[in-house]
Formats: sequence, C-alpha cells, structure tokens
Amino acid sequence: MTSTTLDAVRRGVFRLRAPLLAMMASLVLAGCGINVIPTEEQRARAAWSEVLNQYQRRADLIPNLVETVRGYASHEREVLEQVTQARARATSIQVNADTITDPEKFRQFQEAQSGLSSALGRLIAVSEAYPDLKASQNFLALQSQIEGTENRIAIARRDYIEAVRVYNTELKTFPSMLWAMTFYRSYKPMETFTISEEQMRPPTVKF
Amino acid sequence: MAAPGAAAGKDGQGAIVARPVLAALLAFAVALLLPLAALAQASPAFPALTGRVVDAAGVLDPATRARIDAKLAAQEAKATDQVVVATVPSLEGRSIEDYANRLFRAWQIGQARKNNGVLLLVAPAERKVRIEAGYGLEGILTDAVAGTIIRNAVIPAFRGGDMAGGIEKGTDAVIEILNLDPDEARVRARRAAEPAVEDDDWFNIVLLVLLLAFWFYIFWRASRGGGGPPTAGRRVQRGRGRGGAMAGPVTTWDWGGESRGGGWSGGGGGGWSGGGGSSGGGGASGGW
Repeated sequence: MTSTTLDAVRRGVFRLRAPLLAMMASLVLAGCGINVIPTEEQRARAAWSEVLNQYQRRADLIPNLVETVRGYASHEREVLEQVTQARARATSIQVNADTITDPEKFRQFQEAQSGLSSALGRLIAVSEAYPDLKASQNFLALQSQIEGTENRIAIARRDYIEAVRVYNTELKTFPSMLWAMTFYRSYKPMETFTISEEQMRPPTVKF
Repeated sequence: MAAPGAAAGKDGQGAIVARPVLAALLAFAVALLLPLAALAQASPAFPALTGRVVDAAGVLDPATRARIDAKLAAQEAKATDQVVVATVPSLEGRSIEDYANRLFRAWQIGQARKNNGVLLLVAPAERKVRIEAGYGLEGILTDAVAGTIIRNAVIPAFRGGDMAGGIEKGTDAVIEILNLDPDEARVRARRAAEPAVEDDDWFNIVLLVLLLAFWFYIFWRASRGGGGPPTAGRRVQRGRGRGGAMAGPVTTWDWGGESRGGGWSGGGGGGWSGGGGSSGGGGASGGW
C-alpha cells in the first residue's frame, strides 16, 4: 500500500465520520429518552392551556347569565353581586408561563376559580325559586352552556392532572431523571389541582 | 509482538471483571423501568363496542335496535359521523358526565381527524341520560341543542316508561341536527368523499423523499471523496452499506410517528369500531 492510498482511505473515512456520528448520536440520544421530558412538558402545557380556555369560556358566559337572572329576580342583588365580584377576581389573576410551576401563584388561581364556582352555584340554586326564570328558553340555554362548560372544565382538569402526573414522574424517575439532572435543570415540577372536582362543581339543578 | 499481547490480556481481564458489573447495572435499569408500565390508570370496566347500538342494559327490543342501527349506519355513510347509542346497567358510582367522557374516549368514537362522534348514553338504573359530542361536532351539536333534545325528545318518553321510544326519538333528533344546515352538510359530505390521503400526508411524503435524498447525497459525496484505488473504494463501500441500512429506519420511524397518529384505525375490516375520535366533554345530560 502506498502512502497516497492510505491517505485516500483516511480522507474517505474522515468525510464519512461526521454524518455517521451525527446519526449515531441522534439515535442513541433519542433511544435514551432525551426527548421525553420536553415532550411531556409540552403535553402538560397544552393540557393547561385547555384548562385556561375552559375557565375563560365560563367567565365569558357569566355576564349574560347575570343579566338574564336579573331580569326575573332583580331583588337577589346580593347573590348577583357576589357572582360579578368573584368573576372580576378570577379574571384579574395574571396567568403566565410560571403559574403552573409556582405553588403560590397556582394556589391563588385555584382559589379565585373555586370562589367563582361556588358563587355561580349559589346563583343557580337561587334561580330555582323563580318558575318564570326556569321556564325561560334563554335561561335554559345559558344553563346548558354553563353546565357544559363546568363539565369541560372538569375534564380539562382531569387531563391536566394526568399530564402533570406523567411529567412530574419523568422528572423524578430513572432514566429520564438523569436528563433532568443534567440537560434539563430548568424544568421544574408542575403544580396540580388540590381542590376536588366535586367541590368545584356547582350543585346540579333538578327539575 | 509481546507488548500488544500483554495489553490484550489485560483488556480481557478487564472485560471479565466488567461484565458482571455491567449485567447488574442493566438488570437494575430494567427493574427500575418495569413499574412504569404498571402505573397505567385504572378505568371502569366498559362494555365492549360491539356495534353502533350497545344495549348492555337490555332496554331495547331487537326491532328498534335494528332500526336505530340502520339510521346510524346511513348517517356515517353520508357524513362519516359516528353516532353510538349505549345503555349501561351501572355507572359504577361515577357521574354520568365523567362516565360518558371516559367511555367516549375508550371507544374512540368519530373519525380521528374530525372527532365527529356522538355518544347517546342511557343509564336506566341511575335514571340518567347524556348526549356527549366529540370536539368536531361541538359547533353543530352545542350544549344548548343537546340539552333541548334531552329535555324535549328523550325525557318525556322516559318519564312515560317508554325507554326504546325515548332513545329512538333522541337518536332521530341528533341525526336531524347533524344534517340541519344544508351548506354544512354539503361541505361535510364533500370532505367525506375525499381520499384518505390528505394534504398533511402529501407534505410528509415529500419531506420523507427529500430526507432520503439528502442522506443518499451525503453518502454519495462521502464515498466519492475517498475515490481512486480499489481498496479505498471497498472501505468506503462498506461504510455506505451500513449507513444506508441505518438511514432507512431513522427516517421511516420519524415518518411513522407523524402519519399513524391520526390515521384510520377503524371503519374498515369486518367488525365496526371507533375511528379514533375524542371528546372534551361537550354535550348535555339530564335525569328523569
């Protein structure tokens, strides 16, 4: 073998090395689960967006409901006031990216929303006493929407709790824990709902 | 000659010592991974999805069941909407909303990309009924509309003791709502007639071809770079063969994840099954 052929071989292998190494590295890293933590984090964040979306939907329905009830039961001023105030409190809470990783912020959010839930529950319970209101098509439609939204909230919360459970488990268990300790130090465990779904739901109205 | 031999001997000893340690580490890793599989969430024992009408509570007579089944099949043929009627003997202590949503997701009612499923669930023992709409139908079969159907079509018949009649009226009303808007129905019918390969799929195919071409180009360049004498050619050839075999799995694996996620999992074959649809809790419930 002449030195020129050896050089040619070296050059060939050298040129091949970079793509091969890149491929091997991507395979090995993916196989070791380097993607697991970001994937689960994104999934949990998506589930959280859905929770926020449904709470927003409920907040949007409330002014209409309050107006409708006021038309039939204007002297239930106190209950109506409470709902309006609770809604203002719930919508004034600033929600940003670290709400779900900051226990204090998360607690505030949860308390404001559960305050609105119970005020809303009282409003719907009070409207029981007004047959005209209960017979109003507008009220029935709004009530279906509120109930539907409460149900969507419950499901969005359930999905979020599950997504967070998976994500937090990945942060704390082997082997993804190794990535959490090295590459993904900035990934914090997320908070999850502690107030039970039953408490959050307003009492269902029986006809 | 002697020096390399001694080195090899030492290496061999090292390997012998290292092997049990490695095996132990591997076993440890496997043992740590195992419990993850067992963490799967417990869900209630749902009846099997045997057809479009699953009468697990046994409240429908065969004639009504066949009639409803035919209507639901016609609706799916027309607009690909999957409407399923289910009666269950027990909600197992859950609320009907919770049970219906879990059942909907377990059965995957509706086509995967459209989420156009509807579940009419009746629990005679708890005297509860619910219409659960998939994500894709929330705009047509809204909560208010579903509530109206339950209040006006289903509950009156149930109160009169006519379970089969109430279920059939409710089904008719749901189908009527799904076909209500002629423009919407036409759009949906046209979409239903479209081939299974959608725009996303074409994009994926083009991407896959480009990716493959890219890898082949790289290996072609690398093998040409070695050039010249036969030994170099052979050396590089081997590398190319290996690389080629590897490039295949990498790209197809990526592509599979993209395309199969939303594919047709139901509808075809002998038995009938859900198409992979999901629901976020749309619809309404009632009791009698």
